[in-house]
Amino acid sequence: MQHISLVTPEFAARRALRANSTCPQLWSTLDSVFDPELPHVTIWDLGILVDVQQQDEKRCKVTVSPTYSGCPAIDVISEDIVSALNGSGVEHVEVAVSLSPAWNTDLISPAGKAAMLSQGIAPPDKSVNCPQCGSEHTSVISQFGSTACKALYRCNDCLEPFDYFKEF
Amino acid sequence: MNKITNSALYSYLLGMADDALILGQRTSEWCSRGPFLEEDIALSNVALDYIGRARMFYQYAAEVEGLGRTEDDLAYFRDERDFSNLLINELPNFDFAFSIVRQYFLDVHACLYLAQLTSSTDQRLSAVACKAIKESRYHLKRSQTWVLQLGQGSDESQRRMQSAIDELWGYTPELFIMTESETALLAQGIAVNREDLLQDWTKSVMADMKNSNLQIPDQQWKVIGGREGEHSEHLGHLLSQMQILQRSYPGLTW
Repeated sequence: MQHISLVTPEFAARRALRANSTCPQLWSTLDSVFDPELPHVTIWDLGILVDVQQQDEKRCKVTVSPTYSGCPAIDVISEDIVSALNGSGVEHVEVAVSLSPAWNTDLISPAGKAAMLSQGIAPPDKSVNCPQCGSEHTSVISQFGSTACKALYRCNDCLEPFDYFKEF
Repeated sequence: MNKITNSALYSYLLGMADDALILGQRTSEWCSRGPFLEEDIALSNVALDYIGRARMFYQYAAEVEGLGRTEDDLAYFRDERDFSNLLINELPNFDFAFSIVRQYFLDVHACLYLAQLTSSTDQRLSAVACKAIKESRYHLKRSQTWVLQLGQGSDESQRRMQSAIDELWGYTPELFIMTESETALLAQGIAVNREDLLQDWTKSVMADMKNSNLQIPDQQWKVIGGREGEHSEHLGHLLSQMQILQRSYPGLTW
C-alpha cells in the first residue's frame, strides 16, 4: 500500500474556508470541474480553486490560482467554471486569476493525491514511490514530464516509467 | 502614482516582458527538435514558463500604459526597435550546448533577481516573483546538471560547452546594467538593483565551471544595447516568424 500523507495545514485552511462559505452549493457545483490535464482531479482537489463569492442569485466571482505561470490549462479551466455555474443558473460568472499567495502542492487535498495515484501518477511527496508496485527505488528520467507540473520517473524494481507530480 | 513613476514602471515592465517573451520564443524553437524526447519536452516546458511570465508582465504593462492596448498588441504589433529585451535572449540556439549555457547563466541570474523582487513594494511584481522564482529554481537544477554532465562528458561535449561559454560571456555584463527607469523605481523599492547581483552571480558560476572542467574566458569585450532597442541581426528574424500571423490577419484567434 502506498502511504498518503495526512492533511496539510494549507489544505485544512482551504477546507475551513469552504466550510464557512455562504454559498456551499456553488462550491459543490464546481466539484464537477476537472483539470483538463489531470482528468480525475477536480480543481478543488488540485488546490487551484481559491475562493467562491456569491454577490446575488445571478452573480458570483470565482478566484483561481494557476499551478505554473505558463499553464495553458488555465483558460480552459476558466471556461469550464463559467459553463458549470451557468448550467446551475448563475448567469454572470466572473473568474479572477490570483497569483498571491502562490499555488503550491501543499494545497492539494488527500482525495486529489489519491486520485492521482489511481491514475498511475505519483503524488507529490518527500519520496517518489512507484505508483504501480509501491517501490521506493525510483530514478528520474526527465525533470519535465507530459506537462509542466510533472516529472518523468522510472521504477528500478518493476521497470515501469511513470509521471510524478512535482513537489512545488 | 505620479506620471514619472508611471512611465518608468511601463518601460521597466516592458523590458522584463520582452526578456521573457524572446527567450520563451527562442527556446520553443527546440520543440520537436530536441536531442531526445524527454529533453524536447523539458525545453518546451521551460519555454512555456517564460511565455507565462511574459504574459503577466505584458498584462501589467498594458494596464499601466492605460491606452487600451492588450498583451497581444504589445507582443505582436511592436517593431524590432521597440523591443527592449537584453541581447542574450535573442541569440539563436546554435547547438544544444549553447542553449544550455545560456539557460544556465540566465537561471542563476533569475534566482538571484527574483529573490530580491519578491520583496518589491509593488505587490503585483512581488506576487509574480513569488510564482516565478520557484520555476527558476527548478530550471536551474536542470541546467546546472547539464553543465556538469556535458562539461565532464566527452571531449566533444566539453569542447562545445567551452565554445558556448566563450561566445556568450560577452553578453552577460548587460544583465547587471541598470536603466534609468530601474534606478528611479529602485529608489521607491519597486525594482531590483542589478549591480548588486554581479558578485553572487559570478561566484556561483565560477564554482560550477570549476566543477565542470570549464573555464571562464578572460576576454574583456561586451555587447550591450538591447534595452535601447539596438539589437543583433537575429531579433528581426525571430519577430517575423512570431508575428506574421497577427500581422497578416490582425485579431486572429484560435
